[in-house]
Amino acid sequence: MKSVNPIKRGYLALEEWFNISFGPEWNPLYHLGTLTFFFFWVVLVSGIYLFIYFDTSVSGAYNSVEYLTHEQWYLGGVMRSLHRYASDAAVATIILHMFREFALDRYRGFRWFSWMTGVPTLWFVITLGITGYWLVWDELGLYVAVLSSQLMDALPIVAGSMASNFLEGQLTDRFFTLMGFLHLLGQPVILIFALWIHVKRLSHVEVSAPRGLAIGSFIALLALSFIWPAVSHEPANLHKVPAVLNLDWFYLNIYPALDYLTAGQTWILTLGVTTLLMIMPWLPPKKTGAAAEVHLDECNGCGQCAVDCPFDAISVRTRTDGARWEYEVVVDDNLCAACGICVGSCHSSNPFRSSKKALETGIDMPQFPIDQVRSQTKAALDALQGESKIIVFGCDHSFDVSELKEANVATLSFLCTGMMPPTLVEYALKNGADGVFLTGCRNGDCYFRYGNVWLDKRFYEGRKPVLRERVDRSRITIFRAAVTDSKKIRRELAAFTDRISELKRVADDAGMKEAENA
Amino acid sequence: MLSPKRLILQVLNYTVFMVLVWYFSFSPPYVRLTPEQSMITLAVSHAGKPVQECRRKSPEELAKLPPNMRVLEECPRERSPVKIEVLLDDEAVIDQHVNPPGLYKDQGVDIYHSVKVPIGEHRLEVRMNDNVREDGPTHHYLQSVSLDPAELLVIQFNSAANQFVIR
Ligand code: HEM
Ligand code: SF4
Ligand code: SF4
Repeated sequence: MKSVNPIKRGYLALEEWFNISFGPEWNPLYHLGTLTFFFFWVVLVSGIYLFIYFDTSVSGAYNSVEYLTHEQWYLGGVMRSLHRYASDAAVATIILHMFREFALDRYRGFRWFSWMTGVPTLWFVITLGITGYWLVWDELGLYVAVLSSQLMDALPIVAGSMASNFLEGQLTDRFFTLMGFLHLLGQPVILIFALWIHVKRLSHVEVSAPRGLAIGSFIALLALSFIWPAVSHEPANLHKVPAVLNLDWFYLNIYPALDYLTAGQTWILTLGVTTLLMIMPWLPPKKTGAAAEVHLDECNGCGQCAVDCPFDAISVRTRTDGARWEYEVVVDDNLCAACGICVGSCHSSNPFRSSKKALETGIDMPQFPIDQVRSQTKAALDALQGESKIIVFGCDHSFDVSELKEANVATLSFLCTGMMPPTLVEYALKNGADGVFLTGCRNGDCYFRYGNVWLDKRFYEGRKPVLRERVDRSRITIFRAAVTDSKKIRRELAAFTDRISELKRVADDAGMKEAENA
Repeated sequence: MLSPKRLILQVLNYTVFMVLVWYFSFSPPYVRLTPEQSMITLAVSHAGKPVQECRRKSPEELAKLPPNMRVLEECPRERSPVKIEVLLDDEAVIDQHVNPPGLYKDQGVDIYHSVKVPIGEHRLEVRMNDNVREDGPTHHYLQSVSLDPAELLVIQFNSAANQFVIR
């Protein structure tokens, strides 16, 4: 059995709990990125409202926020609370997003780029929150201002002492307006740019959360805003030290460190942690398999593989080999995740073709070529014994299907189930299988992002290449399972086997009757 | 799509999430100063004295120079480090020794340092040395102060008046 580390086991249990509560379509753990985007939207809209009333001067800022919070509690106050809580929730979902990628080992190998670019994104979010707290210009704002300035002063880039600005009377509106500009425009623009880079190596990136999840989260945020509205501290007083601070730990967690460390040490700590996070994909590194290879002899340039590739590794270009087709495809080896999904996309990966010689397809995986897929399937089917013969197709990243092998059960594991051409199911049914049991990563949680999604669409929604209409769907089932779902998958397989036996019995009875009648 | 069971579970999940968001948005409170503490901040921007006195050039030396460069005095650019000690009831609470920045060590130093101190009546003493050619403090300040809880006492140096300013 595959060994599963406790972090992953714990994460999968949590995910399962959310599957029970939300179903896979709305499971928040499958939508942490889009959920973060949703919170950003709430922050943006509420922020625009706050900005309309906000006074960007040292003397007016506090009172304008107080006005919104108390005089206009039913709208301005709620907007303020939404702005704050949605920002906090965003950090929470970002941290969960990070944790998920870590727990499922989806941060190394070809994913290094997404991980490494995610880290600065987190910093941009945090610093955006910091300037936000600054602007309220209450005791907390002053605390943030003074300590941030101490941090800035420790850098060799700023001449003079920024922190001394906050020692009575030296604070100018100009400086405060600069903060406002950063928070309202400068930092958000940087963040959007950073996020664009963050998802640059992925295709079909979803940015909007499923409606049910968005509505639920919004209602929850709204309820929180009414029950515990966000309020300010006392106004900033330059003669007093804010003694007790209701810190927002999502954003301001670094500041208490300054009571124990010098500004320089705090920088070293922060930059050290950041660097460590950024190099995590290489601690230790993970090898990505060999990249997909295009065989132009079998490719007509239809472009389906380029559309399906979840990692944007395939591009379409004008034909170079003089064949009669207009286009061809090329794989960028540096981007290829070796998922094999493109093999499943290609209509040439059809096992019924060239049965006498080796099967070649338009795009293939050197580590598990389609010809080998076909021959292994055939051999496994030929070895089956018993009444109901079942073949189980799974993948290397979910439940290990080889554990299910029996006299009447054959198994085959793909790099990803998205690699399986739909025609292979037909092939299995024609070559001795009574039933085909498909598994793979849990719905909504494909290790290669879109493998199980494309498979479902090819089988049931007419995505190319389709599973043909005439294939008997009652002899096929899809049940997806994580590594830890051993019990469930065994139960499901047993039930499927019974169903197939029953189907066979009914069919045999019908056959007998026909024979009697004749 | 949304069965009653799921609805209840979702409400439960959202509640847990939002309570966590709310909690860490304010809590646990960070006690920076207890009611028995106040703070002293030393914020000084000051340039130390040159490490050597200016020297009058001899007539022979001057004669060697082109006419447009015949400046009478030669002054070293390097400045002395600034040393400041803040003592509360004879006990050092701040002890800063800062070398002048810049390639030629010719710039002013910026010192910004805060310490937590007990409230109440104290004898405050500040000593500074900004000249390597002199031993002991070049500037001295002594005063009794009374600190309230959470009060911020700021020690600055007014270079024009050449003395410390306490607020
Ligand atoms: C500002 C907050 C962030 C947002 C809004 C965000 C959003 C996203 C989105 C939308 C995706 C694509 C998911 C998909 O379609 O499969 C993604 C992928 C990813 N993110 Fe983030 N992210 C953020 C921060 C981070 C951070 C801080 C890290 C880790 C340090 C991180 C690590 C990753 C990784 C490793 C992937 C690749 C997932 C894959 O290849 O399947 N992200 N992120
Ligand atoms: S193996 Fe996967 S990542 Fe590589 S080209 Fe094919 S679909 Fe894209
Ligand atoms: S799916 Fe197959 S035929 Fe179509 S472009 Fe890709 S390799 Fe060529």
